[in-house]
Amino acid sequence: MAESAIAHDHGVSHGAHASSTGLSNNKMGMWMFLGSECLLFGGLISTYMLYRGRVSSGPQPNNIFDIPFTSVSSFILLMSSLTMVLAVSSAQRKDDRNTNLWLTITALLGATFVGGQVYEFTAFYREGLGFTTSLFGSSFYSLTGFHGVHVSVGIIMLMALVGMNRNNRIPGDKAEVVELIGLYWHFVDIIWIIIFTLVYLIPS
Amino acid sequence: MTIIERPSTEVAIAGAVPVGVKPSEALGVFKRPAASSSWRDWVVTVDHKKLGIMYGVAAFVFFLIGGVEALLIRLQLIAPDGKVLNADQYNQMFTMHATTMVFLFVMPMAAAFANYFVPLQIGARDVAFPRINAFGFWCFLFGGLFLNSSWFLGGGADGGWFMYAPNSSTLFSPSHGVDFWTMGLQITGIASLTGAINLIVTILNMRAPGMKMMRMPIFTWMVLVTQFLLLFAIPVITVALFLLTFQRSFDATFFDVASGADPLLWQHLFWIFGHPEVYILILPSFGIVSEVIPVFSKKPLFGYPIVAMSGAAIGFVGWGVWAHHMFASGLGPVSVTVFSMSTMAIAVPTGVKIVNWIMTMWGGKLTFTVPMLFAVGLVTQFTIGGLSGVTHAVAPSDTQQTDTYYIVAHFHYVLFGGAVFGLFAGFYYWWPKMFGRQLSESIGKWNFWLMVIGMNMTFGPMHILGLQGQPRRMFVWTKARAGEGLFNFGFWNRIASIGSFILGVGILLFIINIFYTHKLKKGALASNDPWDARTLEWMTDSPPKEHNFDVIPQINHLDEFFHRKYEQDSATHSVTQVHSADEVMAELNAHPDEHIHMPSRSYWPILLALSLPTIGYGLIYNRMLMAIGVAMVLLTMFGWAMEPATSPDEDFDPPESGDTHTKELVPHG
Repeated sequence: MAESAIAHDHGVSHGAHASSTGLSNNKMGMWMFLGSECLLFGGLISTYMLYRGRVSSGPQPNNIFDIPFTSVSSFILLMSSLTMVLAVSSAQRKDDRNTNLWLTITALLGATFVGGQVYEFTAFYREGLGFTTSLFGSSFYSLTGFHGVHVSVGIIMLMALVGMNRNNRIPGDKAEVVELIGLYWHFVDIIWIIIFTLVYLIPS
Repeated sequence: MTIIERPSTEVAIAGAVPVGVKPSEALGVFKRPAASSSWRDWVVTVDHKKLGIMYGVAAFVFFLIGGVEALLIRLQLIAPDGKVLNADQYNQMFTMHATTMVFLFVMPMAAAFANYFVPLQIGARDVAFPRINAFGFWCFLFGGLFLNSSWFLGGGADGGWFMYAPNSSTLFSPSHGVDFWTMGLQITGIASLTGAINLIVTILNMRAPGMKMMRMPIFTWMVLVTQFLLLFAIPVITVALFLLTFQRSFDATFFDVASGADPLLWQHLFWIFGHPEVYILILPSFGIVSEVIPVFSKKPLFGYPIVAMSGAAIGFVGWGVWAHHMFASGLGPVSVTVFSMSTMAIAVPTGVKIVNWIMTMWGGKLTFTVPMLFAVGLVTQFTIGGLSGVTHAVAPSDTQQTDTYYIVAHFHYVLFGGAVFGLFAGFYYWWPKMFGRQLSESIGKWNFWLMVIGMNMTFGPMHILGLQGQPRRMFVWTKARAGEGLFNFGFWNRIASIGSFILGVGILLFIINIFYTHKLKKGALASNDPWDARTLEWMTDSPPKEHNFDVIPQINHLDEFFHRKYEQDSATHSVTQVHSADEVMAELNAHPDEHIHMPSRSYWPILLALSLPTIGYGLIYNRMLMAIGVAMVLLTMFGWAMEPATSPDEDFDPPESGDTHTKELVPHG
């Protein structure tokens, strides 16, 4: 409460009028974007759920998944949400050093997850599951690939944020920019929880 | 009090810049483009009004292209065994006609009005994300050009605008047409998605003080509903387009029936997008006529909250009707029943709107200006299309009508008689505000009547043709199967084709009207409030100055402008005018705001948008080019991120004298 009051005063002192809803434009825009992303993953997940059991050739899902390995990489990705929260918290305390530190750790954890995915894809490919092998293969690689691209984009944003923060070139409210990237990052993590459950844990 | 129309967060920029360096140079990679009056200003502009005009011009050009495609189709069908087009060309023609009209004309034309008038109607100085707004326009333009470049590179897409798989796979459609189609729609989809986010945030966040949701003009309401539909519908077709691209370019198996794929997957994905899409097309036009009819009936809109909420209801129920496009595909009785009932249900909020428009006119002092004619045209023509739509909701009847000209008749009545008439009402209604001159009423009336006669001659007979069994998408009809008597194909096809040319002449008259009004300068100079209108966009100059309003008004009523001009006697309920429009404006602008910051011009939106067709061509022809496109995306995004939305050294004051006729901005400092 105190913080929002300060932010409000800050705005008035510069003559800006507060937004009609009280939420900043950037934050509302990010929420809208994430709402839209839900439908993107909704479409991909539906496609996968339709095709998961359709294997005309190549390996079956149950024979190929390495649940312990993916559990570990999932755990790493979820831990990156924790470090992201710490980054946002540091940014709100205007602690640049720790903000950069936690952002970097978040990016590294994300990169570890993506690395694990690359390893997993390579292993699956060696075991005979290509992108064109079967409907399962096409839809599996599309769904998890799209998620991997989202994580990678998140890593680029985190690293760019660290770079811009070090040179003091983040425009506007720094804490809010970190928070926005954080919203995206948490969203991508939550999507992974759904994907991990539906793709890996529930047997087809 | 000073009002700065931008997020307060960006105020901090000025502090982050090292002292002694001009902020615009310190933070941008390029030197920031400065204001100028040449064409360059249109390339780098982020002004919502300029972008609105650019959306409008580009969409209208695509409208003419799509119109020529339609005329070629009608020429082909004017007589049995037509020779104008061969089967392949005919397939491309109807596919590109539909795609162009839906994605490159009606949607962006609605975006043109939304861009131009939503900020004015809610009393804002620009949209929430001006550079993203510019980016959206360039994505639409480049996506549309990319899509149409397929004509010169081996032929257009040929699978129908719904592009059913597996018919759209490389086996059945070996040319690159479908690849251009998927990538082109992907790029215009980015335009729609960014536009949706932008307009939603603008409407929810940037309303003038006192403008509650239920005081917003109804056009803004309908735009809000439309943008929510876009926000959630676009990602679904994005998925479908990606799957098709993967299938065609990387040999994925999504629609490969031989390896067990389900052809219904594409149909579901497409229509989950596609049915909200038809409301995306029609709701902005509903909004426009809901503005026009009250003004020319001299009455407030009958049941404003009901019109707003029925629009929202259409927005919700619109998500539960998609499978009525698939009644003939064997969904099973339960699905068919459910979707049949939900389709009948959605007719209710639509009918409610029609009742509201009629009740608004009832007992009003009607003046049949051209915008009013088009608005009434929508009410009548759309109702015909709506009623034939209800006949499709009845599944057994629909099974008979599927893939016949009856369907073509239906959706042209709702899309041409509905969406397009609404847009033309918008042209004539808002033209004086946008361009400062009024379009000729007499040419406008010819324009209207030729369009009404033309469309009824073209699409009316298609009901008969369809019920007689003429299939859609067939490139010829033969004399042997044309039937005899009054209902034979020959007579009604000829009427339809002649009608389509009358329609074409009607639309030509609109272009002549623009020429007559502006080039020959025959159009009367418009006052600020030529129609005695009710909403905020009329409470500023015609055309509005760059910052829209010298003073952001305090809103106390629905139809605020009307309430400032008129007062109601509480005893007799009679309404009398107490102020003229100019008096209202003079009073409002007596003490103009100072230090207004407007968002600054930028090169980045057009550069980022240019990288997308680069990726598209790369995907089709050369993977190296694709890599260059991806690199361009990353570089331009970084450039964009480094550049603040508003360069802090641009700050200006409107003239202090309160002279409302001065439209020039005075640069400050």
